[in-house]
Formats: sequence, structure tokens, C-alpha cells
Amino acid sequence: MAKLEQGDPTEMGMRTEQLTGRTQQVFFSAEESGNLTYPWAPEVDFEKCSEIDAENLSASDINKQIRSLMSEGYGTITVLNPGAKHSLGVGILSRLNLRFEGSLGYFGCGLLDGPNVVITGRVGWSCAENMMAGTLLVEKNAGSTFGAAIRGGDLVCRGDVGSRTGIDQKGGTIIVGGKTGAFSGFMMQRGRMVILGDAGKNLGDSMYDGTIYVGGAIADLGVDAVEADMTELDCEWLQRKLALYGMETSNGIENMTKIVAGKQLWNYDNLEPSEKKLVL
Amino acid sequence: MCGIAGLIHRGKKSDVGSELTSMLQALKHRGPDSTGFALYGSQIQSEYVIRFKVAEQEDLNSGFRIHHDVKLRQEEVDRRLDELGVDVKEKDLATEYACRYRFAFDGDMKRLADYLEDIESVEILSIGQGLELIKDLGDAQTVSSQYGLSGFDGTHAIGHTRMATESDVDIRSAHPYWAYPFNDIAVVHNGQLTNYWGFRREMERRGHRFVSNCDSELIAVYIADRISQGDDLESAMSRSVDELDGVFTYVVATEDKLGMAKDVMAAKPMVLYESEDFVALASEEVAIRSVFPHEIDTYDPYEGEVRVWQS
Repeated sequence: MAKLEQGDPTEMGMRTEQLTGRTQQVFFSAEESGNLTYPWAPEVDFEKCSEIDAENLSASDINKQIRSLMSEGYGTITVLNPGAKHSLGVGILSRLNLRFEGSLGYFGCGLLDGPNVVITGRVGWSCAENMMAGTLLVEKNAGSTFGAAIRGGDLVCRGDVGSRTGIDQKGGTIIVGGKTGAFSGFMMQRGRMVILGDAGKNLGDSMYDGTIYVGGAIADLGVDAVEADMTELDCEWLQRKLALYGMETSNGIENMTKIVAGKQLWNYDNLEPSEKKLVL
Repeated sequence: MCGIAGLIHRGKKSDVGSELTSMLQALKHRGPDSTGFALYGSQIQSEYVIRFKVAEQEDLNSGFRIHHDVKLRQEEVDRRLDELGVDVKEKDLATEYACRYRFAFDGDMKRLADYLEDIESVEILSIGQGLELIKDLGDAQTVSSQYGLSGFDGTHAIGHTRMATESDVDIRSAHPYWAYPFNDIAVVHNGQLTNYWGFRREMERRGHRFVSNCDSELIAVYIADRISQGDDLESAMSRSVDELDGVFTYVVATEDKLGMAKDVMAAKPMVLYESEDFVALASEEVAIRSVFPHEIDTYDPYEGEVRVWQS
């Protein structure tokens, strides 16, 4: 098991205590790439495709069918007629190309750890809650608490998003093509949020850490959130990240507003899990 | 939790009874205790429809005498209507305890309402030229079948599926609430009002009546109070967002309008679909999908947002 070196991590702002926990100790060993996936994850072939017509199926049956197809090696699954049903595509902990042709209801695609998901419609409240890794792209709008408590991965919505976007965000990246509602970034602890449109009131309220970039107007900032200077590093990162999803801001990346925590409220290391891998 | 829904056809009529039944049935999981409908149908000049109940559903299980009492109460209603000079054109009994009368009357509607509610256990659910308010225990399909709502031709409607959290499981505490004594105004609500009691006492001092201990009733009374002071619907709703405290999303309907308001924290859900000739809104998109199965664009209204649509 790799151990933390004192030098580099402290320079990068990390605490020096030994990390504990199964994820850190077992799965994030840079020398053992096999440990980056769960041992029980099915081997899937992205070229092997299948479809599920969800029109007359319950949410439970749809999720079971996705799992069943994965266990048969299907790596690309399209779900037709999801009909805004709740809790679809949840708990997928391995590689998969998953596409929903339509809209999802509440708690769609929660607890993801690895798949690449595309939703052609809208998503309801609490989409991608607790996402660990992978990508999720919503082509239309999203409801409130979009990306609540995510820890990693890229969560992207091309349209507008409701209130409390990225509440309790602990890592990863949230990108919103339109505007967000009130209390976005509430109690944010880590990671990055990019809002290309306007942000509602109390942006970044009680945020511990992390960074919020806003392309449009900000109604007002929450407690402890302050504006910071955009750096070249910020611009380069935004350029690279937005290009991945074919998105851009109308006013230019360099004119975006950067919001960070005004007080050091945290007592933990401030590296993303992906960044930590580089340090180890 | 509770589920709320509403729809309005702009410039045409439709079977709003069936449409709202589908929407509310899709929200059954948000509240199975009771279901209510406020349907807006054809208006006949100088004629009104009154919906009232003479007992709670559960009262009918309380002995043999109740059936006799229910008949006596209804006879007393008839007697008092006659005394006030009300010209009753049509009488329907949807259930043993729920009545619908169509009538003509040019007197004081508030006095009529007060006089009828003075009878033991009589509660007016609605009075209006277009409004018909139906609520009872059970899910949407059950209530709709019981009251024959399928085929109700109208322009707009609002409804509610209730999960009882703050008051009893009975018709009195079910939504929608009629904005007594104003014709054709009804409200459904999802949320909690934390300044309910203070506001209720203020409203009671101003002469408004409450039939339940359900905080949602306050919204109907509040809207009625503001309208009585000269506000239009949108102004009254905008003011409510500032004055009512708590987390809420509510939907209100008048004879020709449908409106929604969301609290400043945006803590309660609402999804909207809007096209040129139709607007549908509900606590969950799955309700809108029940009348629009094909792919549509929907969105969430934002915190403190108030919207009003005309039929």
C-alpha cells in the first residue's frame, strides 16, 4: 500500500495525517490499476449494445434489466421511454455507456461510480446524488439538489437547474449550461462548480472549500463565500473542461466570476481523489 | 409530503375530470389519505353550483341513527335555501353525505354560506359559477369513480393527494380549500406554514372562517382576504410569498385563471409544462407524463416565483 510522503502533499495544502479507509488504502493505489474498479464489477464490452423499453416496466424492473444486461457483458445500454420514473439507473458501480432516451424523475442515477450516462430529456430532484466517478450529461433541464453530495466525476446539465445545486458537494465537477436557483453550492466542501448562466441568491452559502465559477450574474453571495481572482490555471482548466462537452460561456472564460470560501472552515486535505492519485 | 397538480386549457375545453384524475393517480405515492379536485366547467349566467357535505365519511360507521341524521340535515339545508329564496334547479347526491345543487340566487352569498354552515356537520366545499370542488378519502381513481368525474368538460382544474401530517384524515382536512366566501376560488398546497396560528387569529379577527386545523386552509383564506381588499390574484399571491412563512408550493384557481407560487427557499417541488394552448404543473413530472406521454420540455419554477395563466 502506498503511503503519503510528507513533502509534496503539505506543499499542496494537504494535511499530513495518514489517510485511512478502504477506498484510500486499497483502491487508489497507483501501482495497482486493477484496484480502481470493484472486484465484482462485470466485464462489459462497449461494442455490445442493447435496448430496454421502459414504458410498461417499474423502476425496479428497469434497474434489474440494466444489471442483467451488464452481467451478460453489454457495455452500451439504451433505455427508451423512461417516462420520468423515479430512481432509474441508480447504484451502477462499474464502466458502462448508459443512455436514457427521455426524462427521469427523482433520484435518477444516484450513487454512480464509473459509468458514462447521457439523458436526452430532463431530470427531477436529486439527480446523481453521491456520484463517485464517471460522467453524466443531461441534455435539457434539471430539478433541485442536482449533484447533491457528489464526490467525483463530471456532472453536466446543458439547461437550467433548480435550487441547491451541488449542496454538500465533496468533489468532482458540476457544469450547468443555464442558470441555477438559490443556495447553489450550499455547504460545498470540495470540487468545482461551473455555472455558465446566472446564479440565484445565497450562492456558496456556508461553503467550506471548493470553487464556483459563474458566467452570468450572481443574485448574491451566501455567508462565507467571497469573490477571488481568476488565474491562468482557472482559465486553462475551464477551457479544457468545457471543451469536453462542447460548451462555452458567452462573456468569455476570463470574465467569469470565481467564488471561494472566505474562511478556512475545513479540517481535511483539499485534494480531489483523482489528484491524490498523482501524489501517491 | 402531498402531491399537487393543475392544468389549464387556453381557449378551449377538454375532459379535465379525466385528465386531472390521471395526474393525481400518478402522484398517489405522495399521499394516499385523501384526494381532492377543483374543476372549472361551463358557467351559466346567474346560476351557481354549491357542493357541500352533511357528514364525514367515517361518521357513517358510527351507528344506525347517523343515516337518519344525514337526511334531516339535508332537509334542513333545503328548508333554509327555500327560506332565503334560493331557486334550486337541480339536486344530485354523489354519496349519502355529499351533495351538489345547481341554483339561482341574487342575494348575499356570504350570508347564504354562513346560514347553511350553521347546521350541524354541514360544510360547504365550494360555491361558484364554474367551480365544483370534490374531495373525499382514498386515491384519485376511487374518488373520481365515486363522484363520476370522468367526462367533466371544463377549461382548468387543480387537485391534491394528501399525506396527513398536521391534521386528521377526513374530508374537512382534505384539499382543495375553497376561498370562502368568494365564488370560484380554490387552493391546493404542499408544504408547512410556520406562522399559521398567528395569521389565523388575525384572519379570524377580520371575520374569516376556518373549517379545519390544516395550515393549508390559511392560504385560501389569505387569498380571499387580499382579494377582498382589492388585490388582483397575482398581487395577492406575490404578497403571500413575503408574508407566509415556511416551506410551500401552492396552486390557486379562479373562474378563468390558474396560478402557482413557490416559497423563497424553493423547498417544495413543482414541475411545469407550458405550450401555447395548454399548461400543466405538478409536484412531479410523472404526473404531467400521464397526460403527455410523449417527450416534452419541462422545468422547475424558481424560488419566490409566482405565475398566473389565463384560460
